[in-house]
Amino acid sequence: MSEWIIQTHALTRDFGSLRAVDHVDLKVRSGSVHAIIGPNGAGKTTLFNLISGYLKPTSGRVIFRDRDITHLPLHKMAHLGIGRSFQITNIFPTLTVLENVRLAAQARGGDNFRLWKPATHLRRYTEQAYTALQQVGLHERALQIAATLPHGDKRRLELAILLAGDAEVLLLDEPTAGMATEQVPILLDLLRQIRRGTNKTILIVEHNMSVVMSLAETITVMHQGRVLAEGSPAEITANQVVREAYLGTTFTGGRQ
Amino acid sequence: MLARLKAPQWAGLSLIGGLVIFPYVIAMLTGQPVDSGVPKFWQGMLIQVFILAVFAMSYDILMGYTGILSFGHALFFGTGAYTIGILLKHAGWDLGSAFVAVIVIAIVQSLIVGLLSLRVSGVYFAMVTLAFAQMFFLLAEATDFRQWTGAEDGLQSIPVPAWISPTTERLRFYYLALGFAIAMYLVARQIVNSPTGRVMMAIRDNEVRAKVLGYNTLIFKLIAITVSGIMAALAGALNALWNLNANPAVLSVATTINALLMTIIGGVGSLIGPMLGAGVIQLLGYWLNVLFGPSWPLLFGIVYILIVLFLPYGIVGTWRLRGTSWLEQWRRRWQELTVRS
Repeated sequence: MSEWIIQTHALTRDFGSLRAVDHVDLKVRSGSVHAIIGPNGAGKTTLFNLISGYLKPTSGRVIFRDRDITHLPLHKMAHLGIGRSFQITNIFPTLTVLENVRLAAQARGGDNFRLWKPATHLRRYTEQAYTALQQVGLHERALQIAATLPHGDKRRLELAILLAGDAEVLLLDEPTAGMATEQVPILLDLLRQIRRGTNKTILIVEHNMSVVMSLAETITVMHQGRVLAEGSPAEITANQVVREAYLGTTFTGGRQ
Repeated sequence: MLARLKAPQWAGLSLIGGLVIFPYVIAMLTGQPVDSGVPKFWQGMLIQVFILAVFAMSYDILMGYTGILSFGHALFFGTGAYTIGILLKHAGWDLGSAFVAVIVIAIVQSLIVGLLSLRVSGVYFAMVTLAFAQMFFLLAEATDFRQWTGAEDGLQSIPVPAWISPTTERLRFYYLALGFAIAMYLVARQIVNSPTGRVMMAIRDNEVRAKVLGYNTLIFKLIAITVSGIMAALAGALNALWNLNANPAVLSVATTINALLMTIIGGVGSLIGPMLGAGVIQLLGYWLNVLFGPSWPLLFGIVYILIVLFLPYGIVGTWRLRGTSWLEQWRRRWQELTVRS
C-alpha cells in the first residue's frame, strides 16, 4: 500500500482569467491529519473541491492510492472511501436529523434499490446513524426536522453525516465555520476521538489556528493559488516567508 | 389491532368505508335504484375522481417526492389511454394483455424521456418534458394516422368488455376504480417509504449532497419517473375505458396542468393530498358549472388563488401544520422556496 493516500500532480483550475489553483502538488500521508491554511482567496476551498470531485480541474491530476480519480463522477468518490463536509451547511433540510444521517449510512450499503421494504426496517443503518449522532451529541434531536436545528447543531449534523458514511479519508472544509467559540473544543475532542479509534486520514481546511496547530501533523500553506510552504506545525510557525505572507497579519487575530 | 390505529389511519379507513357504501347511501337518500338515475350519475362523478386521483398522485411522486418539475406528465396519461384504445379496438387484444402492454410502453417511454432529459434539471427539464408531450399531442392529431388514432376526432367507441362496461355495469366499474385507486395509493406509499424513496426525498432536498454521499442520482430519478409514468399510464388507460374513447385532449398541456393543480391544492409530497385535490377540483368544477355556467373556470381561478394564498402547503400540508398561523406557514414556505432554488 502506498504511503500517500491522496496526491495531486500540477493541479490547476481557472475561473475565467483567474487562476484559483495553480500547479499544486499535494501529498497526504495515509492515516495523518493534514491541514491546509492560507488567507481568504488563497484557493483552499477550490483545491478541496477539486480533490473531492466537486469541481473538475483545468489541468493536472488527482490520485487516490494508485488510482487516477481526476475524472471520476462525484457519486463514485464516496464508494472509494472519500467523504467530505462543507463550509456552508449542506444537509437535507426537510428530512429528520436521523434520516439525514441514515441516508449516509445507507449510501454505502447495498440496499438502495429495495422498493418494497420500509426504510425504517433496515436496522443496521438506523443503528449506524444513531452511533454517529451520539458521537456528535445530537442523538436527542434525532427526530427533529433538520432545517429547524440551530446553526451550531447543523454543523454537528454535517459531521455526523460524514461519520456515518464511514469514509477512510475525511475532507473537512472549515468545520468550525460559524460555530460558537465554546463549541470549538467539543469539536476538537470529537476529531481527536475519531483519530484515536481509527486509521482515518483527515484533510482539513481551517481558519482557526488553535484547531490547526493542535490537530495537524502536516500543514500546507497556500497563497494566491500556490503552495507557499509545507511542514510540521513547528516548522510552519517558524517559517519566515509564511509569517510575512500570512501569519503576520492574521495569526494573532485567528479567524478573520 | 384496531386499537393500535392512529388518527390518520382511522380517517383513511373511514374514507374508504364511506366510499364503499356511497352508492347505496345515495340510492337510499334519493329513493332511486342504485344502478340508474342520480346514484348512477354520482358514481360516474366519483369514478372520474378516482382516476384523476391516481394521475395526480403519480405526479406527486415526481414533483413532491423527487423534486422533479414536469410539464409533460400528460404524455404518460395520454399514451396509456391511446395504447389501450388502439389495442382493444384495432388489434383485438384482450383487456389483460392490453394492460400489460400499457405498463411496458410506459416503462420504455419513461426511460427514454428520463435518459434524454434528466441530465438537465429544474425549468430546463420541465421544458424538455413539455416538448415530448407536445410531440405526442401532435402525433395524436396528425391526419396521417387517422385510421389508428382517429386524428383530431379521437379514438371513438373503444370496445370495452361488457362485464365492466361503464354504461351498463356502472356500479362494478365504480368499485373497480375505487379498488384501483386504493391499490395504487398503497403501492406508492410503500415506495416512498422504502430506502429508494428516501433517496428520492434526499434528491428533492439537495441533489448535489446526495451525490457526494455516493448516490448515483440519475438512476433514482429514473426510478421515480418510471414509477410515476406507469401509474399515470394506468390511470390514462382506465380513463379511456371509462370514456369509451381517447382524444388528443388527454395528451394536452391542460391535462398536465390539471395534475399540477390537484397536487398543489391537495398538498405537495403527501400522496393523499393530491388525491383529495383531485376530488376538490372535480367536485368544485361540477358545482361551479351548475351554479355559474360556462364561465366557471374564471371563478375556479379565483378559488385557486385563494387556496394558494391561504393554504400554501395545500389541504394536507395545512392539516399537518395545524396550530401554526398562516402567516407563519407563509414565512416557512417562503424560506423553503428561496432555499431550494
